[in-house]
Parts: sequence; structure tokens; C-alpha cells
Amino acid sequence: MPFHVYDLAIPLQLTKALFPDLLLMGGAMLLLLWAVWRTESPAHQRSVGTLSIGLCVITLAATIFMLFHRTAANDGPIAVDNFRWMADVVILLGTIGALALSIDDNDRSRTTTAEMHVLILLASSGMMLLAAARDLMIVFLGIELMSVASYSLAGINRRSERSAEGALKYFLLGAFSTAFLLYGIALVYGATGATGLHEIRIRVLELGLERSPLLLVGVALLLIGFAFKISAVPFHMWAPDVYDGSPNPVTAFMAATVKTAAFVAFLRVWLEAFPGEVSAWHRALVGIAIATMVIGNAIGLQQRNLKRMLAYSSIAHAGFLMVAIAAGTVQGASALLFYALAYTLATFGAFAIIVVMSRGDAPVMTDDLAGLWTIRPWLASGMTVFMMALMGFPIVGGVGFFAKWYILKAALQAPQSQTLLAVVLVLTTVISAGYYLYVVMVMFMRPRAADAPIPPATAGWTQFVMVASAATILILGILPDLVVRYADKGIPIMAVPQPQGMTTVPARTALTR
Amino acid sequence: MHELLLSIGYDHWILPVLLALPLIGAAIVLMGGRAPEGEDEVASGAAMRPRGIATATFALEFVLSLGLWFAFDPDVTGWQQRFDVAWIPSWGARFTLGLDGIALMMVLLTTFIMLLASYGSWTSIRHKSSAYYALLLVLTTGMLGVFMSLDLLLFYLFWEVMLVPMYFIVGIWGGTRRIYASLKFFIYTMVGSLLMLVAIVYLGLVSSTLVRMANGSMQVIPNFSYDAVMATARVTPHAALWLFGAFFLAFAVKVPMFPFHTWLPDAHVEAPTAGSVVLASIMLKLGTFGFIRLAVPLFPGAAMDNRVRAVILALAVIGIVYGALVSLVQPDFKKLVAYSSVSHLGFVMLGIFALTVQSVQGALMVMINHGLSTGALFFLIGMIYERRHTRLISAYGGIARVVPMFSAMLVFVSLSSIGLPGTNGFVGEFLVLLGAYRTYPVLAVIATTTVIIAAAYLLWAVQRILFNPLDKVENEQIPDINRRELLLMAPLLAGIIWLGVYPAPVLRRMQPAAEQFVRTVEARAALSTASAGEQ
Repeated sequence: MPFHVYDLAIPLQLTKALFPDLLLMGGAMLLLLWAVWRTESPAHQRSVGTLSIGLCVITLAATIFMLFHRTAANDGPIAVDNFRWMADVVILLGTIGALALSIDDNDRSRTTTAEMHVLILLASSGMMLLAAARDLMIVFLGIELMSVASYSLAGINRRSERSAEGALKYFLLGAFSTAFLLYGIALVYGATGATGLHEIRIRVLELGLERSPLLLVGVALLLIGFAFKISAVPFHMWAPDVYDGSPNPVTAFMAATVKTAAFVAFLRVWLEAFPGEVSAWHRALVGIAIATMVIGNAIGLQQRNLKRMLAYSSIAHAGFLMVAIAAGTVQGASALLFYALAYTLATFGAFAIIVVMSRGDAPVMTDDLAGLWTIRPWLASGMTVFMMALMGFPIVGGVGFFAKWYILKAALQAPQSQTLLAVVLVLTTVISAGYYLYVVMVMFMRPRAADAPIPPATAGWTQFVMVASAATILILGILPDLVVRYADKGIPIMAVPQPQGMTTVPARTALTR
Repeated sequence: MHELLLSIGYDHWILPVLLALPLIGAAIVLMGGRAPEGEDEVASGAAMRPRGIATATFALEFVLSLGLWFAFDPDVTGWQQRFDVAWIPSWGARFTLGLDGIALMMVLLTTFIMLLASYGSWTSIRHKSSAYYALLLVLTTGMLGVFMSLDLLLFYLFWEVMLVPMYFIVGIWGGTRRIYASLKFFIYTMVGSLLMLVAIVYLGLVSSTLVRMANGSMQVIPNFSYDAVMATARVTPHAALWLFGAFFLAFAVKVPMFPFHTWLPDAHVEAPTAGSVVLASIMLKLGTFGFIRLAVPLFPGAAMDNRVRAVILALAVIGIVYGALVSLVQPDFKKLVAYSSVSHLGFVMLGIFALTVQSVQGALMVMINHGLSTGALFFLIGMIYERRHTRLISAYGGIARVVPMFSAMLVFVSLSSIGLPGTNGFVGEFLVLLGAYRTYPVLAVIATTTVIIAAAYLLWAVQRILFNPLDKVENEQIPDINRRELLLMAPLLAGIIWLGVYPAPVLRRMQPAAEQFVRTVEARAALSTASAGEQ
């Protein structure tokens, strides 16, 4: 089947290539108008939220259409390939989860700000832009759009002090990291005279800039900037405080979806502009990945506050995802997206349960779940599935296992086999069993305290998020081929469109052509 | 019988049916809803439905699996009752099941013991019974899956997933230190198995094949099929050593070999009776089965390397002696039996790594015998514990006069566990020692002397429980075993006698597999040393 190649120099074709992104952005603008049109009320908040979910579903349909439409583009600022569409699907699924949870969470915390949903939509348009970016300028644009919306989301609960504290921290450190990123972009531009990813690599190779100090410093700053965004050790300090302080749905959104988007952009920049033969920093990446896995999991063991525990778990997962980037291959890219999908499902499921369990502004401690099984068996079983999925346990944890498996496979399959990373990955997984199993243990094996309050009935949207993620996790845990079939076929067209025979060629060799 | 079974296509559907049936049973059990919290479900009758359904499912499962005994052709080497469907084509993993003589016996042992385990829990599980029986059923699927799978990824999946039901069974229905014991059990096993996962991925990748996909493009697809990995995986001796190490760790923890055994006494002692029975009778065998199926045949070069082999054999013999010596001083009868497992499984390891047809067959017999005898011992301990609520040997004494039936059984089972000629225990250990004597006389002699210690610790314990003077008032009114318990023990006792007197049919079914195991390992070891010499 021939590819439909867009010429990005022609405005109409560029518009077509950006169709799902524009759909979401335009819809978000209209919803912003609608959100402020009426006075704040719980009913209005719900209606805006529901409409936002509808918009996401439409965008999702458009994205899936593009995914199967076999489109490609010439070399330009926007990538049109299946990697982008698959990333968009994961991002939009996360967005739907965040919107659904925030409708119920707002109801419970009596927040009536309908703009919250629009902010989530704007953040995800930034993420979709990030997934599409093949130019450092677009990367920056996407990151800013995503981050500014997330800063306000973190502080959306104006009555909570912890939320305000978290938002301020997030803003200061986020701005700081963006500065790193921007400076890195500037230095890379200074060294190569280009911002397009493909162009940068060609310039570096043509002009022999591999050892240029300007480029080396620039790439290092870019690495630091991305490491902040994905909360890799040692740039992770902000994450636990921010995740702890933000409203629950926003935390899930930041931990899963924002991170996915940052990873997608990171992977594309890293592999397209600075692949192994261009950048000396790949070894640093391996080091950061190991540190992130070890420290994230080790500190996770100490946490008794459920949200902080999940924050450290999200740091640890960033380490696992970095293994996929370190593999530096097409398989690594597929593995990254597959893992992001599994992680998104499990995280939103777990946060749905935190939404149910939370009371007012007080943090949900792991011990609050004691004996949950005896009063809410379904909640406890769901949480077990999500914890096991985060742990990467087969069948019970469903797709979580295959996500880990996929990354292991990619790491061992890479031209330079990353056996060390694979071994560290499985050993730190054992550490993580310590805190994920603790949650399971508390729910099933500890008696319920006599004075423990009974959690309220689970609201509709929360139930939807929980059931949908658990079902998807379990089904994909038995039949991963339903998705893998597309993941393996979809990714190859990362660089210039080369329709044939790219399926098994590692990205690095594919890109040097 | 054989023809009748073939005429209904038994060979084609039996394995997947055996895997699916417990899951269906578990779903039906769970559909019944739950009794109110804190209620004594045995007294109120709420446990009737779940335990009835579970035991009926296990009975059906056992009857179905009995057909395997007849359908299995002992003269054929290679996989029988094979079942193969596509599963994850893009990763080269298939849903492949099949049996050889060893797996056949293990499957039969599993269905047999699980039926008794569920029947034996009737009065001892008094709360949350529907969840308990559902977990017992799910556990069966996991264990059977390990014995049946012929695909490495599938094997790993079953291997890991059976941890979860056991974790809950120990953690929810166990004794006072149940949470610690269950977590320790889970983490220990997981450390070993995750490294095995890396090794499995590695093996699958080195045996990749070029496959034509549905759309006509060619793709390199890893291959996880057991036969393909055996045939095509070529790894350097250095890599083989590491890979063997990963498999070794996974299985050595499960067996458990000294010094990886520390989870075992905790888990065995804290688990409810049926949990201990399943752990001892079946789950420990999964480790030795893993050695026979995977670790040794896949990397014979590494496993038969003189230094590696010396270390493993030394650990096996240390396990035999250590387990016996520690058993000698245990005040707790259940813990005593738990440590005796370390000793018995040491015999199995000795038999496997001595690598003669006799010793391997002996090892397989010990696996089955230990399943019957130790299972029976744990059941008996459970019965007396239900009556007196203590397992301390010193709390009893002279109860042979009070509970004669129980005492007779305990003496008989203990004698079979010691390996008295005429009971099953003798055949296995004798074959192991005989076989090992040819290749490793010194180790065989050390192991033989341990048989005496084994007699000492069990007989001494039996003496202190049953025969010393009846000096404690609370022991004077213990009721003897009832009809249900008699019905529970009868099949075990029959099995013990049958295997002791006439083990030939069992040996005949396992012999081709044992011979093939020894042949494959020797041939492949020669091959890998030859190729190492060329390099």
C-alpha cells in the first residue's frame, strides 16, 4: 500500500498533518469560552468535563484514523509517523482518565472551577505537539504549552495550602528546567546552525562536530532539561512534593501522561538528532537510568503516604523507560510506548482508588487501606491488579509484565546489548515488590481498624476509570498481541519515510542512510 | 482403555481442559458471594457451598487426569498430548503444552494432592472460605501449567503467577507470623525468577528465526519454543555459565537448596495445613522439575562443568545432612517436617546431578514419594493441631492410648518417610544412592549415613508424641480421627504401600524420559566441550 506523503511546505497539507492536534486545540478554545460563559456551579463543571471527554474521544478517533491511514511527510518540523500517532493515543487515553477522575474529584472537594478541564485539554494539546515535534523549536513550544497548563493545574485547588505549595515548587523548578532546555537548544543551534532534528544530525556528521565543546555542552543541557521533566535522578527532588500536594487526578495526569509526552519527545530528540555516533552522552544516559531505577525504588520502600509512594514509583518507572531509550532502537521506541500505555492504565487505576479513599485535604496513608478487602472487595481487587501491574507481575498484573518484558527484550536486542541495564531492571523490580506488595498485604491481611471510616460509594466516572483500566490491563495481560501487533509494525517510520523493509532495522542504522 | 480415550480425542483436549477447569470452578465458587465478616463459616454452614464446589471440581479434575495414565504411551519418547496454538506471534511465543513421562507423574501427583488438600481443609478453614477455595483452584492451574508448558515464556508466566495464590493462602489463613512468612516466600522466589526472565529473553533472542509475516514482509522473530531453543540456541560457554546461573538461582530457591532454604521453614510452619501440604508435595518439586526440564538440558556444558557440578553436589549433600541435623533439634513438629524436606530434596538434587539413569529415576521417585509421605505428615499434624492447638512435641506424650488410629497412621507414614523397605520412601532413596555411588562414591556414602539421622529425628519425635507416659491431663480427652479424616488419609496410605511394593508401572512411564534426559545432557555436554575446544 502506498504512503500518502504530505508536503509540509504547503499550508493546507501541513494543516492536514496536524489535523488531530488542531482539532483538540480548537475544541479546547471553544470549551474555554463555554466554561466561563456560565457562573460556576457543580452542574456546569460536570457538563464541561463531559464535553471535554467527548472532545478527546473525537480526537482519539481522528488519531486512530491517521494511524491506519498510512501517512508520511517530507522532512520538516512535524513528524508524521506511527510513533507519533501511537504516542497520541496513549496521551489521549491518559487525558480521558484525568478528565473523568477530575469530574468526580471536583464534586467531592466541592471545587467548581470548570476551567480545570480546559487546562487539562490545553496541556494535552501541548503533549500532542511534543509527540509530533521534529524541530527543537516545536519541542520547546510543546513543553511550554504542556508545562504552563500543568503549573496551574497543580494549584487549581485554591483553598488548599499544600496544593499551593506544590504548585509553586512545580512552577519554580519547571521554569528552571525549561531554562536548561532552552539554553541547550541555543547552544546546539550555535554549534550546528539548525533546529530541525534531522538537519542537526546531518550537520554534525558533515562538519565533524562530534567533539565540538559547544555541541557537547548543549546536548548535556538538553539532557538535564529532559531529565527534570521526566524526574530522573538526580533531578527528581521536586516530584514527591509536587505529586503529594496536587489534586489526585492532576497527580495521576502528571505522573503518567505528562511524563509519557516528555519521554516521547526525549526519545525522538535523542535518537534522531543525537544518536550514538553523534553524541558522547549516551553513557551518561545509562548511568542516569541505573541511578533512577535504584534510588526511585529504594526510597519508595520508605513511603507510607500512598501518593508519595506512587511518586517515587513514578520516578522508578522513569528509570525503566530510560532503559528503552538507552536501547536506541526501533524496538526500544515501541517498548517505550507500550510501557507508557501499561503505566498510564495502572497509574490512573490506582489514583481512581485514591480518589475514592481520600477524605478532605488529608493525605491517604497506606495503612488507611487496612482490611479494605472485608468492606470493599472490588476496590481491593482492583488495587491489587494495579499494584501488580506497576510491579510488572504476570497475569495478575496483566499488561504490566509484558511492558517490562518488552523493555527487557529491546535492551537485550539492541546492537550494543544492554545486559547490565536489564539485570538492574529486574533486580530493582524485586525491590519495588517490597512496597507494592505492602499495599496488597495491608488490604488483605491486616484487620480493619474499628474506627476506620467507610469510604463513600464510588462515583460513576471513577468507577469507569477503574473498571476500564483493570479490564484493559487484564485482557492485554493475556493477549498482548492485540496491541503489540501494531506496536511492532507501527514505529519504524521514525525518520524520513521509507516504506519498505524497515521493520527490523535498528533506528541508528536506519537514520544514517 | 487406551483406544477408548483416543476415540474421544482425549489426547487433543485434555491438557487445556485440565488448565481451564479449576479456573471455571474458582469463578463458580466466587459467584456465591461472601459470608458476613467474622462469622464461623463452618458452624453456620456458609462454607458448605464453596468447599463442596471446590472439592467436586478437584475430583472431576483428578478423574479426568487419570485418563492420562492410560493414554500416555510409555514406549514413546518425546511430547505426548501436545496442544499448540498461536499466542503472541510478533514475539514468537506460542501456547504450547505437552507431557513427557516426568511431567505426567507430576501432573497426576498435583491433581491427586490438590483433591486431598481441598477435602482436608473442610473444617480447618473457618472464615473467608469462598476466597480460600477459589485461590486453591487458581493455584492448581498455575502449578499444572508449569509442568505442562513447552514454551519458555508460558513456563515463566505460570511459574510466577502461582506465587500469588500461595502468597494469599499463607498470608490470610496462616499462623501468627503469617505476614512475614508470606512476604519472605514471595520475595525470595521472585528474586530468583526475575533473573531467569532475563535469561529466557536472552535465549529466545539467540534462537530468533526469520519469519514471513502475513503481509509478506520478512521479520526476525524470537523463538521461545522449548524444542526450538534446545535445537538452535547456541551460546558461548561463558554466556552459558551466566544463563545457567540465572536458572539455577530460580530453581534452587524453589527446591530449596542449602543456603537458599530459609524461606521454607517460615512458610511451611505459618501456612494452613493444606498450604503446607501443597508447598511440600508439589511446589518444591517445581524447582527440581525445573532443573530436569530446563536448567540442566539447556546448559549441560555449564551444569556438567566439574567445578559447577562439584559445588552443586556439595550443596545437595550439605542440604541432606544439615536438614537432618536441624530436624533433630526442632521442638515444633511441623518445623521438623519442614526441615526434613530440605534433606529429602537434597537427595533429589544429588540424584539429578549424579547423572546416571538410575540416580535420575531415583530422584524422580523421591519427588513423588516425598509428595505422598510429607503431604500425609502435614495432614496428620494439621489434624492433631486442630484438636490440641499446639504443635510442640513436648506438649504431647503417650497419646497412642488415646488416639490409636491416628498413632498407627503417624507411625506408618513416618516409617515411609524414613525409607523403610516395603514403603515408597525406600525405592527412591535406594535408587539415588545406588546411582550416585557409581559416579560419586564419597558423597553417596555421606548421604547414606544421613539416612540413620533421618530415622533418629522422626522416630524420636514419634516416640515423644505417641509413646512416652501419658502425663498431661489435656491429652487424655483427644478424640481420635473421624470418618472424613480417615477417608482423607486412606488414598495417601494406599499410594505409599503401592509405590513401595510395586513401583514398576510408575518407573516404566518415567524411564524413557529419564534415559532421554541423561542421553541429551551427555550428548550436548560433549558437543559444547568440543565446540569450546575449537574456539
